[in-house]
Amino acid sequence: MNPIALILLFPLLGFALNGTIGHKLPKGIAPWIGTLFIFLPFVITLGQWDILSNDVEATIKWDAYTFFNLDGIIFKAAFTLDRLSIWMTLIITGIGTLIHLYSISYMDHDPNAAKFFSFLNFFVFNMLLLVLGANFLMLFFGWEGVGLCSYLLIGFWYQNASYGKAARKAFIMNRIGDLGLLLGMFLIIKNYGSLEYSDVLPAIAQGTGGSVLLTSIAILLFIGAMGKSAQIPLFTWLPDAMAGPTPVSALIHAATMVTAGIYLVIRCEALYALAPIANEFILWIGLATALIGALIGLRQNDIKKVLAYSTVSQLGFMFVALGVGAYTTALFHVTTHAFFKALLFLGAGSVIHGVHDRQDITQMGGLKKMMPLTYITFLIGTLAISGFPLLSGFFSKDEILASVFHHNIVAYIVLVIAALLTATYMFRLLFLTFHGEFRGTDYALKDVHESNWKMTTPLVVLAVLSILGGVLNLPHYLLHTDGFLASWLRPTFLIFENPAHTDITTEIILIGVAISIFLFGFIYSRSRYITKNMSPEQSTAGIEKVLSNKFYIDEFYQKAIVRPIEFLGDILFALVDTLLLYGLTFSVHPILRFIGRFNRKIQNGNIEYYLLYMVGAIALLLGLNLLFA
Amino acid sequence: MGALSSLPLPFLILSFLTILGALYVVTSKNPVHSVLALIFTFFTISAHYVLLNAQFLAVVNLMVYAGAIMVLFLFVLMLLNLNKESEPLKSNIWGIAAAISAGLLLLVITAAFQTSGIAVMKGNAEGIGLVKNLGRVLMTEYLVPFELTGILFISAMVGAVLLGKRDKSEVVKSEETIS
Amino acid sequence: MLTIFHSLEISHYIYLSTVLFSIGLFGVLFRRNAIILLMCIELMLNAVNLLLAAFTEYMGDVQANGQMFVFFIMVVAAAEAAVGLAIIVMVYRNTRKTDVSFLDQLKD
Repeated sequence: MNPIALILLFPLLGFALNGTIGHKLPKGIAPWIGTLFIFLPFVITLGQWDILSNDVEATIKWDAYTFFNLDGIIFKAAFTLDRLSIWMTLIITGIGTLIHLYSISYMDHDPNAAKFFSFLNFFVFNMLLLVLGANFLMLFFGWEGVGLCSYLLIGFWYQNASYGKAARKAFIMNRIGDLGLLLGMFLIIKNYGSLEYSDVLPAIAQGTGGSVLLTSIAILLFIGAMGKSAQIPLFTWLPDAMAGPTPVSALIHAATMVTAGIYLVIRCEALYALAPIANEFILWIGLATALIGALIGLRQNDIKKVLAYSTVSQLGFMFVALGVGAYTTALFHVTTHAFFKALLFLGAGSVIHGVHDRQDITQMGGLKKMMPLTYITFLIGTLAISGFPLLSGFFSKDEILASVFHHNIVAYIVLVIAALLTATYMFRLLFLTFHGEFRGTDYALKDVHESNWKMTTPLVVLAVLSILGGVLNLPHYLLHTDGFLASWLRPTFLIFENPAHTDITTEIILIGVAISIFLFGFIYSRSRYITKNMSPEQSTAGIEKVLSNKFYIDEFYQKAIVRPIEFLGDILFALVDTLLLYGLTFSVHPILRFIGRFNRKIQNGNIEYYLLYMVGAIALLLGLNLLFA
Repeated sequence: MGALSSLPLPFLILSFLTILGALYVVTSKNPVHSVLALIFTFFTISAHYVLLNAQFLAVVNLMVYAGAIMVLFLFVLMLLNLNKESEPLKSNIWGIAAAISAGLLLLVITAAFQTSGIAVMKGNAEGIGLVKNLGRVLMTEYLVPFELTGILFISAMVGAVLLGKRDKSEVVKSEETIS
Repeated sequence: MLTIFHSLEISHYIYLSTVLFSIGLFGVLFRRNAIILLMCIELMLNAVNLLLAAFTEYMGDVQANGQMFVFFIMVVAAAEAAVGLAIIVMVYRNTRKTDVSFLDQLKD
């Protein structure tokens, strides 16, 4: 059996099993099925590593099924495992396994655990479909499937109406982006007559298609990525996605879903490399997202909201890298971000679990004594994301900063500010949660407990990965050659060349800036929240109020988009529905009733009448047949 | 119909009796009289079968229809105590409507046959309607339908028994009301 | 075949059968007693039987296919009578009537 088929089969099987008979199995079986069926694809994928690493050109293909052939355009389910998709698959299944393992304990008390794991498996399946697909069609299948699963999982606790609304918001925001993706695909079909990557991308790389066409396709596809990867202006769903159980947040933010947009752009590298206008667009959207996400993250008091805005901001970083054409760097940051963001979310979940489902950091503080393991791992995550030297985030973020520095100095400065804010809000979160005095009012510190091994094991594994993740792509000044990831991905790109290396002086300056960023963020937060022992701000005035209210973007969307549409709907309801449709239907029914008053007598239920009708009808039919024969 | 006089007398008499019997069946107010008239009609039809060289059919018709089925009808009539002139006849409008419908069908079917232009009978070979020939055909050509009718009969029998059986709960209830 | 029937045509049997059939039909429409209704149906079936026998004669069929059909129709008629009468007995037991005018539950 084709390994790709196996990789896809297991999560689907897990989904089917848990979805149908999961709740009938003895308690505790369903979660393990779900976890195992994500772990198996991980092992299978690892087994394929050698094949790909031995031969640069090697790809594993699987033509599963041809849907239809439309005037020469073939729509088929085809999959390919190349160096890019195996990298994504390992992230998805690897981080996915850890998150599943964590969820076993996290969802222990939930009566619908089987349903939860079924959705999780389906989520992973769709994400695998997305990255393993050999054409835009499969990408779109997975793309939509991921959207559906995010809807199901964010609204998992649908009994709470606001959670249901968050799920709908995520779905609708994604749909807006999907429209862009779909239009981009239409343009590709129209101009290249195929959806296969292997047809379209080489054609683009060889210069087929004018720059207007390429730019439009690139921007349309990027609009799809904007929705899925939560970029301005479609980012508001991601913080609201916190409504789901915490492992879902970890899965969405680290391994799946939001990385789909990055993957799409990297996959279409040939397209973006030839569309400079689209690249500038991506760069500035990414920059704005990175900055705004970080600014909002400064003044949030919900532990998961801070992390959510941090993800928005980090995704902005990745798109900045894509915008300046540093595709390897973006994927590197996706990888390290997957490690430390999964770690931070799972850590936050552990905290939430430990303090009995509270998320407000104004009610925490001083938790490090009670939850030492969670504290240490969370600290590592924080250090990694803030850019502590030699941890994974330091390398990836430094690479992004370096590539932006060469591209555009203004963008570099903006990005430095965003990185500075990242360190600040992450240490604020860490200090407020774990250090200082305990501030809880409605529960006692002694109630707080450390989580069990099923929750802490993933934390430890992810912490190790967050520390060591940097070795995946060590910078040139340490190795004097390309990093591992850079040389690994090199064959998958059609146009992209690894960037020229900066001289050592510039590098040292850049590293100096990066380290000072980290130190500044650390010292600022420390002086504010530890030395001065300030409690979290109840921001009521000025810029802080704007920040804690997320720049009023939700309110703006509400006023500028939702209200007018609602208003239009009201008008249509009043005019079309009430007047036209109701008027029509209500004028029809008296007529029908009038006719029915007579027809009713025919259907009197008496068999004699029925017989008479039957004989009459037979005579009539025979007579007609005779007349017109 | 002017050609009626040219027809052989036995056929005319038999047909007259058949139609008469049939009319009595549908118009008699006493159900028992209807049954008896129907038996009489079957006898005349059997006579027609003899004329048509279907001797075995004539005998079977008498045995199955006149004998078995009609006795069953009679039995049920007696069982339900309907041997009086108890049936309220329908109104005249119903009579007219029924007559018109039936007459219309008669008219249409006759008209249809008029156009088909079928002529004189060829006549059968001797002994076609005897049991020897019929049995051979039945057991060779029509074996499968023959077996299927067996199944049909069994299911009809089971169905009839099942329908006629009282529900157990019903029995208990009626016994309770008696005691 | 009897010699006196040489002047007989198939159409005469067709008329006879049609008349019998229509009489039976009239009975079905006109009568209200369910048992008489069943009897009228038997009459209609017999009209058809007669016609089948006549057509066997008309075709000069050595296999006697028409007569075979008569047998099968008889079988079906017997089965129908048995089940039909059982239903009537059942209805009578529940309603104390065999009058079809009162059986107007079909509309529900």
